[in-house]
Amino acid sequence: MMIKALLTMIHYECLLTLRQAFSWLTPLLFFIMVVCFFPLALGSDHALLHTIAAGIIWVAAVLAILLSLNNLFQRDAQEGYLELFLLSSYPLTLVVFCKVVSHWIIYCVPLLLLTPVLALLLNLSFYENFILILTLLLGTPVLCLLGAVGAALTVSLRHQSLLLPILIMPFYIPILIFGTSTLVAANSGQLLNGYFAILAALGLLCFAFAPFLAALALRIGVSQ
Amino acid sequence: MLLHWINQKFLSPKGFYTTSRFLLPWLATCFIACFLYGLIDGLFIAPADYQQGEGFRIIYVHVPSAFLAMLIYLGMAIAAMLTLVFRLKIAAIWMSCSASIGAWFTFLALVTGSIWGKPMWGTWWIWDARLTSVLILLFLYLGFIALQSVIANPSQRDKAGAILAILGVINLPIIHYSVIWWNTLHQGPTISQLAKPSIAPVMLYPLLSMILAFFFFYLIILFLRMRNQILLREFKTQWIKETLS
Repeated sequence: MMIKALLTMIHYECLLTLRQAFSWLTPLLFFIMVVCFFPLALGSDHALLHTIAAGIIWVAAVLAILLSLNNLFQRDAQEGYLELFLLSSYPLTLVVFCKVVSHWIIYCVPLLLLTPVLALLLNLSFYENFILILTLLLGTPVLCLLGAVGAALTVSLRHQSLLLPILIMPFYIPILIFGTSTLVAANSGQLLNGYFAILAALGLLCFAFAPFLAALALRIGVSQ
Repeated sequence: MLLHWINQKFLSPKGFYTTSRFLLPWLATCFIACFLYGLIDGLFIAPADYQQGEGFRIIYVHVPSAFLAMLIYLGMAIAAMLTLVFRLKIAAIWMSCSASIGAWFTFLALVTGSIWGKPMWGTWWIWDARLTSVLILLFLYLGFIALQSVIANPSQRDKAGAILAILGVINLPIIHYSVIWWNTLHQGPTISQLAKPSIAPVMLYPLLSMILAFFFFYLIILFLRMRNQILLREFKTQWIKETLS
């Protein structure tokens, strides 16, 4: 029963966002443009681009997700859905979790699909490309979960779009470090199990804490 | 009985206001005593380091500020728990008044570290794990201050800040160890830190005294700010009128 309601909710959330092409296309375009800016700024030297490719793509992905996070709760807050979520018989933590899952499907899956193309522009080999996508696959849900806490904290504020990145970026540092260092380790021929395990562990930790904290923050924001 | 006494003297805004006025001169005395001893012993009496010469004396400012930078964040996180769980008003005031003091201590630790690093390491900044995590701690403080500054409603401000502080304290060890990992993976520190097996007691006592002095200084500034904040928040209540008139 609960599972069915959750799936329905994820389904509707995805549909609603998909219908507004502007809101999910903008972060995607932003992602592509940021990646293109680095070769333009640093020069098109193949060897240089190859060494910094993972970093560029990770930074661009983080920025694109930060840009998209404003959309996570804002429409619900403006149109009064948040109050309905609070009143509904389902726990708010689960509602938040559904919103984050649908957010990841809409904003991060296209980003993952685009990554191989952009990685080609940055001169990555097929194997490196594969590793990079795996790290993004493990890392982007963490970014969304942590971002949800920030979005919930700032949902009722006027300066949300400015404040949110400032609040959340320090918390993204571990994921950024482990995400990019996986590729460095892959290039030096190390075993990668440990890297993926740590990314997954961070994911599980956020999975346990973040929806709860985000729900708490939403309740505070709405009750005022 | 004891709980009631604590509540009356420290936890209620009114009790804190009167108790802190009584405590402040004592704190100031302790601060002056520790500070004078630490300063005189540290700057003039303690012998110069055999490797770093006189330059090592910046340790008496650097280490206490770095220590307090971390201690204050920990205190804020504990206050945040008390705010969310027990809805203690005084804990919320403690938390929001601590933030900018903590940020300044963090800034001071970074600046004195840089000044120390220039002659010892030959560079103002290295991306050493410890330096980087202190820099990130500064970002956490600034984010907290930014969040608090845009929320007008006091109770909403307290709770939102508390959530951010708790998220921060869960993440701080993770950030710290990830930075250590990042540092060892990319490259070792190019200039190895000067090996200090253990600090000699003649140098240690003034250092401990300075740490205490900084701690008392923090408490003095914190109490002054908290008293201001209590006046701001409670200016409509009867007891304020009675106390101030």
